[in-house]
Amino acid sequence: MTRTRPVDDGLFVEGDDGPSLLASSCRACGTTTFPRQQSCPKCTRMDMEDRLLPRRGTLWSFTVQGFRPKSPYAGPKDFTPYGVGYVELPGAVIVEAILTGNDPQRLRIGDPMELVVVPFREDDDGTQVLTYAFSPVQSA
Amino acid sequence: MDVAIVGIGIHPFGRHEGVSGRAQGAYAARAALKDAGLEWADIQFAFGGSHAAGTADSLVSELGLTGIPFINVSNGCATGGSALLSADNAIRSGAYELGMVIGFDKHPRGAFNADPAAVGLPAWYGETGLMLTTQFFGMKAQRYLHTHGISTSMLAKVAAKAYHNGSLNPHAWRRVPLTEEEILSSAMLSHPLTQYMFCSPGEGGVALVLCRADRARRYTDTPVYLRSAVLRTRRFGSFEVFSPWLALERADSPSVDAARAAFELAGVAPGDVDVAQVQDTEAGAEICHMAECGLCEDGEQEKLLRTGATGIGGSLPVNTDGGCIANGEPIGASALRQVYENVLQLRGAAAGRQVPADPTVAFSHVYGAPGVSACAVLTR
Ligand SMILES: [Zn+2]
Repeated sequence: MTRTRPVDDGLFVEGDDGPSLLASSCRACGTTTFPRQQSCPKCTRMDMEDRLLPRRGTLWSFTVQGFRPKSPYAGPKDFTPYGVGYVELPGAVIVEAILTGNDPQRLRIGDPMELVVVPFREDDDGTQVLTYAFSPVQSA
Repeated sequence: MDVAIVGIGIHPFGRHEGVSGRAQGAYAARAALKDAGLEWADIQFAFGGSHAAGTADSLVSELGLTGIPFINVSNGCATGGSALLSADNAIRSGAYELGMVIGFDKHPRGAFNADPAAVGLPAWYGETGLMLTTQFFGMKAQRYLHTHGISTSMLAKVAAKAYHNGSLNPHAWRRVPLTEEEILSSAMLSHPLTQYMFCSPGEGGVALVLCRADRARRYTDTPVYLRSAVLRTRRFGSFEVFSPWLALERADSPSVDAARAAFELAGVAPGDVDVAQVQDTEAGAEICHMAECGLCEDGEQEKLLRTGATGIGGSLPVNTDGGCIANGEPIGASALRQVYENVLQLRGAAAGRQVPADPTVAFSHVYGAPGVSACAVLTR
């Protein structure tokens, strides 16, 4: 079996019913931040607690990264353009993410999206590095 | 104490093999002194900066060791704007009578890369390929065009205007006009933005000599007055470059805040502006920033672009020197290039790209990471 690791330990958790992004919530004013941080950018207090973000939301904006970024990008040597977007998670935040699709003709602002965890690259020892992404919700 | 700009100097923008960024800064400084009929020994203070080409205060080795206070300014894309407002304060306070601001830079080819830790972001944000200014511009343009019903083809109109204006500007980098078709069919870098809609990191230098307004005519017959120079950073809820997340509530951008404050301080209305230079890191930015700076309503840009209103002969000429798209973006010099162009326009000395009918009010605006904007209002 392929070994895996998250690109960052404090970024997401995988539960029985799927992954969730880890965020902070301000006890004083209710503001949510992603990723977690120790102070509130809205009310300036330092009284944050962990929360999980909703898994589903709607596409707020998007682009497609058409060229291989310079360092510190650490993606695969063979570059494939990837989608990037902001997804509005109701009652929480608008989160920036890689998108699973890279065809701009198939992305529309307002589309329903859901969180997935995807392999992003391999370490030298073959360990798969995982990150989060958003994928169009498959209509049932 | 009001402030006037009495000398301007520029080193051509572009790529200059074997010429350091510092040398380009020193060249611009000497040109500005010559323009004002002054010597370096007359200058009482200086503010200056570059992002990637060395420390500005080291220019005294070339310009002369006169012992003046020379303060390095480092504020990303707002470096030049920050130097300008610092000099404005130094003279307006009465502390000094005559000083200089200098901005220069020299960047390697290709898109800027950024260090997440330097702006308080986690390493994964850079590693997974989310930390690119180009993506932000793509997503901001995408959202803005969608929200305000502006056609994607307007992006090509903005860029074509930039290359046209650049072709009329002897110190521009890109001086060959491009058609809208050529712009739209160039490589798609960050949908909906193509290669020729973007500016490139480049090289160049600009210097300005500023003095007490009541002494301005000692140095020039055509003084231009600095009515305001303002800097603002982002507020909670604004949509900024390098943001892993945004709040659900929207706030005005720092460009809106800085422009509003600059107009208020100057005592002029956006509608009084005869010529404007706004940050056009790419074509979408010019469209967004025109509205953010109060120069038009959201969504009005399409009509303005289709009727040529933002061209040199139009009712609201924007980026008359070709902007960042035709000049490239040497970060430390970029905001001062805009002021240089506005001074030329107000002097009536912009030759082939002169805005007609004796412009009297000029506005300039920069925006950059991680959410900072600087604006300035000039009058004759
Ligand atoms: Zn709070």
